[in-house]
Amino acid sequence: MPGEPLIRWSWVADHPAEIGGALGQHLLLTVLAVLGGLAISLPLAVVAHRYRRTEAPITWVAGVIYTIPSLALFVLLIPVTGLSILTSEIGLVGYTLLILVRNTLAGLDGVPPDVLEAADAMGLTRFQRLVRVELPIAVPVIVAGIRIATVTTVGLVTVTALIGQGGLGQLMLTGFINLFPTEIYVGALLSVVLAVAADAGLLLLQRALTPWARVHGAGA
Amino acid sequence: MRGNTLRGTALSPTDAGTSPRSRRAATVALEHVSKRFGDHVEDQPAVDDLDLFIPAGATCVLVGPSGCGKTTTLRMVNRLIEPSGGRILIDGEPIAGRDPTELRRGIGYVIQQVGLFPHQTIAENVEVVPRLLGWPAARRRERVEELLRLVGLDPARHLRRYPAELSGGERQRVGVARALAADPPLLLMDEPFGAVDPIVRARLQEELLRLQRELGKTILFVTHDIDEAILMGDLVAVMRQGGTLAQFAPPAELLAHPASDFVARFVGADRALKRLTLRRVGELAPAPVTIAVAGEPLGAARARGGPGAPGHLLLVDHEGRALGWVDARGLPDDRPADPTTARPPAPLLEAETTLRDALSILLDAAGSPGIVVDDTGRPTGLLTVEAITAALQDGNGPGGTGEDAPPPAGSRPTGG
Repeated sequence: MPGEPLIRWSWVADHPAEIGGALGQHLLLTVLAVLGGLAISLPLAVVAHRYRRTEAPITWVAGVIYTIPSLALFVLLIPVTGLSILTSEIGLVGYTLLILVRNTLAGLDGVPPDVLEAADAMGLTRFQRLVRVELPIAVPVIVAGIRIATVTTVGLVTVTALIGQGGLGQLMLTGFINLFPTEIYVGALLSVVLAVAADAGLLLLQRALTPWARVHGAGA
Repeated sequence: MRGNTLRGTALSPTDAGTSPRSRRAATVALEHVSKRFGDHVEDQPAVDDLDLFIPAGATCVLVGPSGCGKTTTLRMVNRLIEPSGGRILIDGEPIAGRDPTELRRGIGYVIQQVGLFPHQTIAENVEVVPRLLGWPAARRRERVEELLRLVGLDPARHLRRYPAELSGGERQRVGVARALAADPPLLLMDEPFGAVDPIVRARLQEELLRLQRELGKTILFVTHDIDEAILMGDLVAVMRQGGTLAQFAPPAELLAHPASDFVARFVGADRALKRLTLRRVGELAPAPVTIAVAGEPLGAARARGGPGAPGHLLLVDHEGRALGWVDARGLPDDRPADPTTARPPAPLLEAETTLRDALSILLDAAGSPGIVVDDTGRPTGLLTVEAITAALQDGNGPGGTGEDAPPPAGSRPTGG
């Protein structure tokens, strides 16, 4: 492509709907994956925390899923679920599990024992203790896990373009097929911007949720 | 009555309101209580056949070396640990049949590390139990402010802060406020002041004693510090390794008559001095002293002193405050009492001074008698080392603690 600039801005100006659509799809796939991952990981982590014998099998399974190469996983799923959003989400959710389970577990394990003792001694039930004390105190560590999972997922969603699920990967893919650098670079840059913005947004969300974690005072 | 807002709580029917002054207290009885932890390597019981009865409104201190089962004992009372044998009764009712969470909501609990919820404000921390009990928000808020003031914290300053913003002493005050929130008739305290520095610790001890005089709760208090046990307890249960009871007695009796060598060693070789900390100068009758007002004729002072008037007169100013001793021997009756000849006064002792401090002051003054003064600084008489020694001999004399029953909590003297 001699003479072709890296980004032809006129193309960008002419295709706002296409670019915006890809960005929106990318965001949607990411959000669904992280929410789905949380929906599975939180209960699993709570179970692993409460019944320590289940911790090893739970983290083992999540670890095994995590080690499967992403493209291979999508390809293996196609005979079962076809070229569908379900296929991509099964894979994407699967990859969040290890990070989210581990961080949630670490967050729950990090609740100081004296806090648990006080909660029990004041007559909180196990469920009240979990919901009112342990999970809120674990929030900073859980959100740290969500941030890692989100950034990872933003990267993985570009791969799902290969099974026809759109997103910024689709822009890059058509760019490669048509030997048109603009689409490749727009897709690549926007996925980086999306990852950074999502990470920053989650950090702000965590700060808003946990004002207590930022106070500095006399004590520990 | 609060009954309609309490869903199945452990509060007694005598409860008359939410005031911190409602003096509700429970009796606690331990009958042949033992605890054996299953995976104990040495196969030694943590608590062995323990019998205790704590009357309503008394502070009972469990004290002993580490591994004596005192914390285990405490935690069995709110069923954080289940006994292996025996039974525990609160107000005569066995707790084994009670729902543990319901039981615990009616028992205040204070621990060394406080265990405040870091993600909640001070107000939210204090109202945990009232919230569990379903109190309406307005009542909770009122109660929180009342409690913070009770433990010496300014609600305006502290309500919205987080535990991490408080000092260790402030956090422990919040811990006490939290334990008192639902006005429980029983408080369990496990080394509550063990993690704060000695100065803050002494102040918190003082304040708990003051609070206890006001509230009259039944308190079960665990410490490894015999001085704290003697200061805080109406009753002291000395425990030894293996979870057995070495002695259960009021502090004065424990110090005067240790039941065994173990107890004697545990309370320390200075137990006579410790007994002196239990009594105050004001409890002893001071010896009479002859007073001369500056400028008046010596004869007038001698007349007040009667025929046995000593040669030394205590010179006071016109306000009645001691100036010093005047050696009037051989001086004529018409000689005015001359302030310039007064030797510096003997040490002054206030009614609130403990006998231990008084003895120290007198020893420091080379054994000369101390002048007992009232709150306005006017002398009321003399106290000598011999009088203090004599007071020690009549162990359970006036102001001392009786042999069997502890005094009602409200009658305890203030510490130091």
